[in-house]
Amino acid sequence: MAFSSIGGSPDRQRVAQERLKIIARHLQRPGDGDSAIVAAECKAQGSKSDASSERRTVPRRRQEIMKWNGWGYSDSRFLFNKKGQAEFTGKRYRLSGMIIPALKDWMESTFGASMQHKTSATPVLNTSAVQPPNLNDAFVEELKSTGIPFSCDAEDRTFRSHGHCLHEIFALREGKFGRVPDMVVWPSCHNDVVKIVELACKHNVCLIPYGGGTSVSSALECPREETRSIISLDTSQMNRILWIDEKNLTAHVEAGIVGQDLERLLNESGYCTGHEPDSMEFSSLGGWVATRASGMKKNIYGNIEDLIIHIKMVTPQGVIEKSCQGPRMSTGPDIYHFIMGSEGTLGVVTEVTMKIRPMPEYQKYGSVVFPNFEQGVACLREVAKQRCAPASIRLMDNEQFKFGHALKPQVSSIFTSFLDGLKKFYITKFKGFDPNRLCVATLLFEGDREKVLQHEKQVYDIAAKFGGLAAGEDNGQRGYMLTFVIAYLRDLGMDYYVIGESFETSVPWDRVLDICRNVKARIVRECKEKGVQFPPLSTCRVTQTYDAGACVYFYFAFNYRGLSNPIHVYEQVEHAAREEILANGGSLSHHHGVGKLRKEWMRETVSSVGMGMLKSVKDYVDPHNIFGNRNLL
Amino acid sequence: MLKKRDDFEDMLEERRNSSDLRYALRCYTPLLYRGVTPCTSSSLKSMVLQSDHIHYVINQVSKEMGRDTDDVQEEASAILEEMAQHLQLSTVRFFAFTLSKIFKTLFKSICVNEEGIQRLQQAIQEHPVVLLPSHRSYMDFLLMSYILYTYDLALPVIAAGMDFMGMKIVGEMLRMSGAFFIRRSFGGDKLYWAVFSEYVKTMLRNGFAPIEFFLEGTRSRTSKSLTPKLGLLNIVLDPFFKGEVFDINVVPVSISYERILEEALYARELLGVPKPKESTSALFKARKVLSEDYGSIHVYFGQPVSVRSLAHGRVNRCQFNLRPRHIPKRPREDIHNFVNDSAYRLVRAQEENMALKPWVLLATLLLQNQAVGQNQVMALDELSEQAVWLRDLSWQYGAFLLWPDNTPPSEVVFSSLSLHHGLVRISEGRVQLALEQERRAGPGEPSCNLTPEEGLLSEAVIILSCASYRNQGLHIFVRPALLASAILTASSNKKQEVFNSFSFLRNMFSNEFILCPGATVQDFEEACYLLVKTGALQVTQQEFLVTERGHRTVAFLASMLDPFLQGYQVVCRFLCEEATETLTEKQFIPAVRKFIIKHLLAGRLRYTEVLSSDLQKNTLAALLRLGAVRKIKGAEQEALKVNKVMVNSLEDTLGGKLPTQETVVARL
Repeated sequence: MAFSSIGGSPDRQRVAQERLKIIARHLQRPGDGDSAIVAAECKAQGSKSDASSERRTVPRRRQEIMKWNGWGYSDSRFLFNKKGQAEFTGKRYRLSGMIIPALKDWMESTFGASMQHKTSATPVLNTSAVQPPNLNDAFVEELKSTGIPFSCDAEDRTFRSHGHCLHEIFALREGKFGRVPDMVVWPSCHNDVVKIVELACKHNVCLIPYGGGTSVSSALECPREETRSIISLDTSQMNRILWIDEKNLTAHVEAGIVGQDLERLLNESGYCTGHEPDSMEFSSLGGWVATRASGMKKNIYGNIEDLIIHIKMVTPQGVIEKSCQGPRMSTGPDIYHFIMGSEGTLGVVTEVTMKIRPMPEYQKYGSVVFPNFEQGVACLREVAKQRCAPASIRLMDNEQFKFGHALKPQVSSIFTSFLDGLKKFYITKFKGFDPNRLCVATLLFEGDREKVLQHEKQVYDIAAKFGGLAAGEDNGQRGYMLTFVIAYLRDLGMDYYVIGESFETSVPWDRVLDICRNVKARIVRECKEKGVQFPPLSTCRVTQTYDAGACVYFYFAFNYRGLSNPIHVYEQVEHAAREEILANGGSLSHHHGVGKLRKEWMRETVSSVGMGMLKSVKDYVDPHNIFGNRNLL
Repeated sequence: MLKKRDDFEDMLEERRNSSDLRYALRCYTPLLYRGVTPCTSSSLKSMVLQSDHIHYVINQVSKEMGRDTDDVQEEASAILEEMAQHLQLSTVRFFAFTLSKIFKTLFKSICVNEEGIQRLQQAIQEHPVVLLPSHRSYMDFLLMSYILYTYDLALPVIAAGMDFMGMKIVGEMLRMSGAFFIRRSFGGDKLYWAVFSEYVKTMLRNGFAPIEFFLEGTRSRTSKSLTPKLGLLNIVLDPFFKGEVFDINVVPVSISYERILEEALYARELLGVPKPKESTSALFKARKVLSEDYGSIHVYFGQPVSVRSLAHGRVNRCQFNLRPRHIPKRPREDIHNFVNDSAYRLVRAQEENMALKPWVLLATLLLQNQAVGQNQVMALDELSEQAVWLRDLSWQYGAFLLWPDNTPPSEVVFSSLSLHHGLVRISEGRVQLALEQERRAGPGEPSCNLTPEEGLLSEAVIILSCASYRNQGLHIFVRPALLASAILTASSNKKQEVFNSFSFLRNMFSNEFILCPGATVQDFEEACYLLVKTGALQVTQQEFLVTERGHRTVAFLASMLDPFLQGYQVVCRFLCEEATETLTEKQFIPAVRKFIIKHLLAGRLRYTEVLSSDLQKNTLAALLRLGAVRKIKGAEQEALKVNKVMVNSLEDTLGGKLPTQETVVARL
């Protein structure tokens, strides 16, 4: 198969195995995959070239492995054990089963949270509180005859009624359900989708595509004003790699595949896409296309728009795709750019051809400590200027550095803790870094071993010019781990009256420092004005570098004890923070998308004419608003 | 209406009881802005010269003028050298010592609201601070630094006019105490503007020190607040608009002098005796002022104003997103309007916190009394009675009037009068302005055989000095006074008519008084509210009725405005009668002065005050603004082109001979 065709040296295989281990560090394979339910005719169509294995992460019934009112796997969560120490349960992650001794203190000192004040979530999903489905009988009848699986079960429907915005999860924890889809369908191939969309048009029902459910833009919320029957079209069972083209280094993949499966399956053939958004455990290829996603290693592999060669999308007007796979075309505006970022308003992306790369031979983490954030940003800017950014380079501010520190698992030996103490002494005392100002950049290098080492030296040399000190692989790796567990941490926070969220923007280089300072300060001021009793956590990091600017990520959380309507306060503050971002020259979104959460700013973002252009596309492609999630416009 | 204001503490008291030397040498450790980037005065300069903004402008200038960039660079650095402050603690200590000595001799007390100081201290730590003191005397900025030093606050850097630089050693000393010098006019000089603005912005962004400048641009010779100048305010707000700082705290400071050092100097200047060039020797000669008693000074640090809250919903900061921020650009309309409105609000904040002494009321009453007949005498008792009436009225109007408690009014009146013994004469329980006294022996003037013109001018010195004290309280009465005048001149009692008349007068006088642009309706409503509240006016659905007891108030208020009305009219008359085709702006003041003197001597004008060149300039500015006079570019100079029909009709409308035009207002 794929392996042997590229000369499959044993070395290659070894590399692949190493790579697999690396991925498995933060993404452990699920114990047993769902024995895929694939409609017979689809299988026939794709069976010959199906290069994928049968193990899949996401079952039809998500509830079998995932939380209904929180992030991620049911078996993985933070909790305070009987000794009052923080612990991360499960076996899936590096951090799983470990004690995190500093977390409690950090939570208490940062938020003023207290172990005595706990708010537990509703333990079980009360199906009777979910409104009964509003079904379009004729549609249901015809759907039955196609043999495509569907469900009207309250749990199934509730799972697809939300993304992971704070207000969505908060409501679920309180056992409150808004409008949920009336039915869930699971197409297993492109043709299934064609049939579903045809029926939806025929019977005028509303379709909302559902991929990995990791949206943070209210994109999955059912519009309240929607009176038609709402069908959630769950693409999770369209998850095969249909073929791999090793001559052109492309793979043709069904759009429902989630990131970790795609990567794992390609790895088995010695390839990768290199597209690793923080949500990659659960988010889907179709979702990436629909939101213009960005991966942490985009410096090597590119963002989704750089990775896409071909898209097939089913719309109410029919199927849209290009006729060839030319790497670049001058054929008018790129129609794929209507699809990328359309956020499920035009149709369902069913199949995608994307670039693949041989797996990298060598991977190395790293980190650099800077005396202050300003120096750090200057260094990142220089790295971008010299176009020598590693696969990933991220700069955390001081608060986030401390946060990362609080997540250090218990060290096993006295020696390690002694070393840690020594490091700390060296940086703060010997080098004179102010522990309340220093910040850290985390790095990830990838490629040939020799080149990686050379590259590493180049980056560290630049860092040294800005007062940066190499701070070891460990710190770097922990930084990246943080991105996978942060969402779990939010659930822990909510157990103790702490609510929070992250949001992002992109901004020209000359405004990075200003936007970071101003948005953080705005959050603090707004919290104070809105009556938040405790100082909020307001922190940021620069997560991506470009030639002309950077992507900045903000974390914001506060202790809401004493507030009667915390979510409302939260939303007001987030709104103000977004206004501040826009006023400081930041974009409405770098990769989260607009959804319904940021719709109000679309017109000023793209101008009235721009809105008109987008509207006219929508009007042509979907005149009856079958794809009625009302995102974006 | 009575606003809660802080109490004052006398900071000289401690100076009188402890060593000045120890005070000057004490440990000085102010709390700084928490985001401060510590740097020295010289590193500040190199930051400015290396900024993108300066680089850009240097290249631009060198391209436009065909000059070598190094040459332009050198010029820029020379400009900066000439401008930059060089704050040194040792000089500050020197001033702390000498000023203590001087202040103790000159003043009874220097009173400061300590709560304001505490607020300022807080503000300095939070965000970059801009201090905006009122400007009535050269003393102002020395006094400010003195106070901040005393209270252990960060010393400000101060924008000062270049004229100080003429004073050899003193200029350098001022520089070392934090002053930086700006040329008075640098019209089209791009490079100068760039260096200057970048210098100020760099200090602000780094939180180097609070930045202090005078919104009014220059010392007010009349004690009336001057309409704000926007240049520096534009510069200091720019870093906020462009997101370079999160917020800026602007602190209006009101400094009021019981007796102004430059009192007679100002009056002479207004009458056309040119102001002496600042020189060290002149300052030395001025030391005889040291032997006089100048009463007390009250300094009120106002509530810090957050520029961010001020701009909320008014300025769309996104407009700076599409262009590198260091490329200079004229501010857009919305920014300009916002800065203008803010400037007015800030000057009004200065006015509102200006502590007034009883003398202000006495000067008002004596001047009104003087105008009734030629320098009528007034019984002290009557003056006391009227002063008490006016005191109560001003309190009702929200004035910050410091009238001593538990002292009989007659005593208050008497002690106020005696402090200003140069301006009033008291004999046998009667009081009058000291007009003749001045005539007998003006210092440095021939003591006998004055021509009538000289006699008039020396009288005018006294009257203008008095008027400057009356003017300190003008802001309290100006809105009700405009309404009172409108009621008296309007052709009927109809609300609409009165409003039209009010709005005409307000528009006419908007170069004269601080009237926020676009706030006609608010001002009208405020005036109505005050007059109704004090029972002087009844307002029915359609009409205004002055009550029985309201006549006194209305008459008083109207006569407050009378000198100004007459001044504007006479300037109009001059322009109609005597303006020639070739009249230039430079010739305007001497010509109109001559015209007025002629009429005053002929007894055709009631108010000697109209001789004030300030009033004449304001009239011209108003007429230019209204388009009744235009500047025409001539061969050599700009000539004033007078639209006589329009000027004539403005004059008649001011005199109440013509009804005001209909003003369209959506809702009253």
